[in-house]
Amino acid sequence: MRLAGVARIVGLSLVAGSWTSAAEDIAAVLESSFMAKNQATMARLQQDAVQEVCSAPRGTPVEETVLSELRQQRLDAVVLPADGVFLGDWQRGAEVAGNGRGLQSSDDPTKPNGGNCYACHQLAPDEVAYGNLGPSLTGYGARGQSEPMLRYTWTKLWDTHAYNLCSHMPRFGAQGILSEQQLRDVMAYLLDPASPVNQTKQ
Amino acid sequence: MKTVFFWSVCLALSLGAARVPADGVFDQYRDLMGDDNPAVFVIDEGEELWFTAQGPKSATLEACDLGLGSGVTAGAYVRFPRYFADTNEVMDVEARLVHCMTTIQGRDLESVTAKPYSLRGDLGTEIEALVTWLAAESEGETIAPEQTHAAEREMYVLGEEIFFYRAGPHDFSCATCHEQSEMRIRLQSLPDLTSHAGAANAWGSWPAYRISQGLVRTMGWRMRDCFRQQRWPELQMGSTTSIALQTYMAVNAAGGVMSAPGLKR
Repeated sequence: MRLAGVARIVGLSLVAGSWTSAAEDIAAVLESSFMAKNQATMARLQQDAVQEVCSAPRGTPVEETVLSELRQQRLDAVVLPADGVFLGDWQRGAEVAGNGRGLQSSDDPTKPNGGNCYACHQLAPDEVAYGNLGPSLTGYGARGQSEPMLRYTWTKLWDTHAYNLCSHMPRFGAQGILSEQQLRDVMAYLLDPASPVNQTKQ
Repeated sequence: MKTVFFWSVCLALSLGAARVPADGVFDQYRDLMGDDNPAVFVIDEGEELWFTAQGPKSATLEACDLGLGSGVTAGAYVRFPRYFADTNEVMDVEARLVHCMTTIQGRDLESVTAKPYSLRGDLGTEIEALVTWLAAESEGETIAPEQTHAAEREMYVLGEEIFFYRAGPHDFSCATCHEQSEMRIRLQSLPDLTSHAGAANAWGSWPAYRISQGLVRTMGWRMRDCFRQQRWPELQMGSTTSIALQTYMAVNAAGGVMSAPGLKR
């Protein structure tokens, strides 16, 4: 899945030559340093275009046209729910948000993956065990359920890079981490007025 | 005595839980433990293993050169990872120990590296015990990894590049969790390994006794488990990636103090 063309563009566009992608060398080093274990295959070490562009050390300048082209590609590739139904069951969404398992070599591949939202985000105000790598989403539902809001939130969950290239957040839809139904349920957990996310602290 | 200790920990944990973040609770736990780190038993075990004749050559590890001369263990750990002329490689402590076991003791590489890190419920491995003792042999010393040889400096550059390498279904790199300060996953504090303070705190506190696992864990294990959580395949002990990342961390930590074995959640 490597897009060599993008890699070349990035390599050429770097200012002052402070960093050049040594991805080919790194690939060989990684190949010799890891071993496949259960569902965690060696193929996972290969980067796609987003991963390659977003692996430049912090502060490394990348040309804005490269970024905006890639961002547009990601936006174009977003798959909205075929039936137009964006919202599922917030209670099932709560389970997805709290579940940190899935796709690790130690995880049972027959069980559904979690979204692990709480690892990085504050959501329901009563849950104190939340991380802070991402912004707090408590009260997210106050933004309402207009069509643009539904599409925006879905897109953010499907592929965060469509809006914010090189965000730390996983691409839950685009990478097949969560199913369409799980995404609907997480959408409801965020947006349903009855969801704990949208209640004030007890 | 044990019961009193147990309840005072519970009391401290319940008092603490209301107002301090989780790591504060573990700080209090650490304070209560004082010098009573269960890792002391593992240190003793490691020392005993160093002086035990093993393998086809029935040799101890006393002839093992950790960089400061044959058999010199005091202060050796804080100079790792470092270049060794006899192997023409930059090695971490674990790789160097494996080298000594296979050459000096004549042991089989495959059996020595078959299970470097214990699983939950195990008693701990030989590598874990030896590394813990060697870290303790550098306790209080200044972290000062060798960066004189070109190969050592190249290893740092490679480590930095791998640190930011995103891959896997979740697009995670080391940097995802470890390039910002004061960040948490759930309630677990994450060190910023790109900063001196964060790297020094992390590098200086491993190996560590993990309270939740009842085992001493090495930095090699810590990184393997990070990659498991990154959804990557399994990092191999003594691999170039492992040594490059440890070099990146140790050099960023240089000037800090080695206080391992630590005590962690």
